[in-house]
Amino acid sequence: MPSRFAIVVFPGTWSDVDWHHAITNVLGVDAEYVFHKQSTLAGFDAVILPGGFSYGDYLRPGAIAHLSPVMRSVIDFAAGGGPVIGSCNGFQVLCESGLLPGALMRNRSLQFRCHPQNLLVERAATPFTSLSSVGDILSIPVSHGDGNYYVDPEALALMESKGQIAFRYCDPSGAVTEDANPNGSLNNIAGITNEAGNVLGLMPHPERVVERELGGTDGLLVLHSMLESLHEHVG
Amino acid sequence: MPVTQATLETIALTRAEYDLICQKLNREPNEVELGLFGALWSEHCGYKHSKPLLSLFPTTGDSVQVEAGQENAGVVDIGDGLSIVFKAESHNHPSAVEPYQGAATGVGGIIRDILAMGARPIALLNSLRFGPLDDARNRFLFEGVVRGISGYGNCIGIPDVGGEVAFADAYSGNPLVNAMCIGLLRDGELMSAAASTPGSVLLTVGSATGRDGIHGASGLASRTFGGGENDAEMRPTVQVGDPFLEKVLVEACLEAAKSGHLEGLQDMGAAGLTSSAIECAERGGTGLEINVDAVPRREEGMTAYDVMLSESQERMLLIVKEGHEGHVSEIFERWDLSVSNIGTVTDDGIARIFENGKSVAAVSVETLVAAPRYRPGGSRPSYLDSLHAHPLPPEPHISIAAQLLVNMLGSPNIASRRSVYQQYDQEVQTNTLVKPGAGDAAIVRIRGTKKAIAIAIDGNGRYTYLEPYAGGAMAVSEACRNVVCAGGTPLAITDCLNFGDPTKPEVYYQLEEAIKGMSAACEALGVPVISGNVSLFNESAGEAIYPTPVVGAVGLLDDATTMLTAGFSNTGDFVLLLGEPATGLEGSEYLAHEYDQVSGQPSINLAAEVSLQKLVVALADDRLLVSAHDCADGGLAVAIAESSIISGYGFSGDVPSNDRWDAALFGESPSRIIVSCAPTDADVITRRAEALGVPAARLGTVGGNRFTIYDVLDLPLVDLIDAHTHGLNRALGMG
Repeated sequence: MPSRFAIVVFPGTWSDVDWHHAITNVLGVDAEYVFHKQSTLAGFDAVILPGGFSYGDYLRPGAIAHLSPVMRSVIDFAAGGGPVIGSCNGFQVLCESGLLPGALMRNRSLQFRCHPQNLLVERAATPFTSLSSVGDILSIPVSHGDGNYYVDPEALALMESKGQIAFRYCDPSGAVTEDANPNGSLNNIAGITNEAGNVLGLMPHPERVVERELGGTDGLLVLHSMLESLHEHVG
Repeated sequence: MPVTQATLETIALTRAEYDLICQKLNREPNEVELGLFGALWSEHCGYKHSKPLLSLFPTTGDSVQVEAGQENAGVVDIGDGLSIVFKAESHNHPSAVEPYQGAATGVGGIIRDILAMGARPIALLNSLRFGPLDDARNRFLFEGVVRGISGYGNCIGIPDVGGEVAFADAYSGNPLVNAMCIGLLRDGELMSAAASTPGSVLLTVGSATGRDGIHGASGLASRTFGGGENDAEMRPTVQVGDPFLEKVLVEACLEAAKSGHLEGLQDMGAAGLTSSAIECAERGGTGLEINVDAVPRREEGMTAYDVMLSESQERMLLIVKEGHEGHVSEIFERWDLSVSNIGTVTDDGIARIFENGKSVAAVSVETLVAAPRYRPGGSRPSYLDSLHAHPLPPEPHISIAAQLLVNMLGSPNIASRRSVYQQYDQEVQTNTLVKPGAGDAAIVRIRGTKKAIAIAIDGNGRYTYLEPYAGGAMAVSEACRNVVCAGGTPLAITDCLNFGDPTKPEVYYQLEEAIKGMSAACEALGVPVISGNVSLFNESAGEAIYPTPVVGAVGLLDDATTMLTAGFSNTGDFVLLLGEPATGLEGSEYLAHEYDQVSGQPSINLAAEVSLQKLVVALADDRLLVSAHDCADGGLAVAIAESSIISGYGFSGDVPSNDRWDAALFGESPSRIIVSCAPTDADVITRRAEALGVPAARLGTVGGNRFTIYDVLDLPLVDLIDAHTHGLNRALGMG
């Protein structure tokens, strides 16, 4: 059976259309919008929580969105081993919902940042990075004001030891440096997974770099990895 | 009871205007009615001083579907069943008082103008001007405005794809914040802000109405600042934006517009419910009844006057076909928005306002919108002759040429704007092919077609100050030239006319001459004005800003793959100058920055400009160019250096000179474009230039890691990159 992606839409979400374009027009795979009031994800093989400012980021980014009916289904979907990817605001929602540890605070600069960003692949054994190798350098843009990842030291040590860090901000040579960190994230963390590896949250936007004319195709690596893992899973 | 002078001052009407109202009504207006007149006869809504001049603009063209002044924004056809909607608007006065909210609500307002046309907003740009950054207040305004644009625009998911920032003494205390929005429409989706059918229902949706912004149009936008502490007292007339609500409104209103249940759609912007509703009735040739009790409010005790004049943000007025209210309500409920039925469209041409079941105002729509027109008459400013004749500083020794180039590249008006635009989401919607900093215009592709649009916004107050007619013509020419440098054919322009107090003859002269110059350029280039706004009374402590027409231009690329950027791209490519070499230093950034001197008489030859633009569009279409960059602020040396800096390719060559060396390097005569091309294409480019009468001179070659102008300067490219990259932060004291 062909794969179907669910793209969750909260009020204030704005990367939904970009993901839809990337999956349907570029990848040629079925994707549907799932409104936040919907409470079932039956029939979907993967779930995307896109970027944006759900509920205006009022109170705290993701704080209100994680209470939406659809999030109960996302939690169940993840518990069943289904792949869930949250980018930007989606990452913030995943942290608020407890599917991922930690929190995303205001950028260290106190300013929004939108620019191309180098990422170091730290873990290739996930459904989102399986087509890459550890040590690969990807260029995937960031566009956020609250991407400063924080988690307490004990949890961080545990995450590091269990290989839950998927991506770190790095310079063009792959060095993980302070200068390459766009937001002040702990240990230059750009993306993390849950312990099982089927839930990924990352601040950068893979859906924005899926066509050469838009400045790169490294985002396709994430999408193709997901697709391949779904085929393996089904096959 | 005769009206008091204090009341008239509050609503910014003159005694003569009051008498005119009485004469038209054949009685004295009551308080609510007077409020309606104050808003609709304000400069901001009524264009009292500018309308006769605006009629000079060419507004029609083959592709123009909605002309300037007809609706909330103009519309041009781009083929394939698609149209582009765009408009620019100023939010200068609110930003001077409260920079974050002033700029944020400026972005919000221009987005709603595009939304009211039924169009999906696809790009934002902005044009900003401030006083020099060595002043703490100017830094506060600059940083606050940028944060406001960032905070509001990013939340809505519309890419901010370009713009400009400039600094000059003349904007201290009165910054300019002009925002432009572009929308995309499919055939059949165009909405009108008209209430044409009696019986149709008026629904409001969005924010509840508060006391914020009352008298914003009449009191804030249509007056000058005293320059003292009292300006801060204007702060309560600046509204507070809610970008989340705006985002939800965009989605819900676009759904409603497509549903077929709406007859009209209108933004509640300046002068709030008053201007939005009355303008709809005017367009429809109808009247209306509004029950202010039905308008949701934020606070108790608001009067009919308050409700009608509030400028609370994020509100839209829907004109709904009779009996379709329920369907419309359902659409908005899905987005957790509630609509309020506040009135109906009537057939008698009277605007009637009811409160507690009683009529509190009843005036004919025709009278309300018939603001008086003034042509106060101008007189040529006396400063012009002395500044035109002002002698140039002595020619410096050529040994400082390298240092001067570094200084210029690091100057606040020329240095990289990265620290500004990296605060804006430039790529959401994933159609931005050319982002800020890479080309002379932003390029946004039109998905589902091979097409793209090129968009630029540009102005130069210094030129217009020194020669208003030429400055106006140069603003239009440069915005279109920027579009051409991206490979686009200019379709139409929008404008923000930022000027001082038009009741002063010298300011009126500037306004009139600038508009004449703009019109001449529009005629010559074949680009109509399809929308715009006028911001007058930009003065602080009695001093007017530089007269500053800002022009937003949109061009079409039939094939997006013919697009051009400004950076050199291949070692060995030839660099050519298309256009006449510069003579003179009039109005240049060089004189302003290095000598603190604003002098000379800028001029433009429109015939030469037309030929140059025609040439570059044709060369781009035939893929003969690798890069194209307008030779503008900072002159030829700065333009070549920018093409080097953008992509990190060095340059070596000559610059043609038939004047003093600093004029050759830094003179800013218009109608010049720097291009790079494959060596094998240089001859054909030169021949085609000759055929159109455009001078073409080979300047040099791309390559290496140095920037060399033979016998003048020779520098490591990294020195130029360093100055350009960090110039703005250094000016802010952060470098």
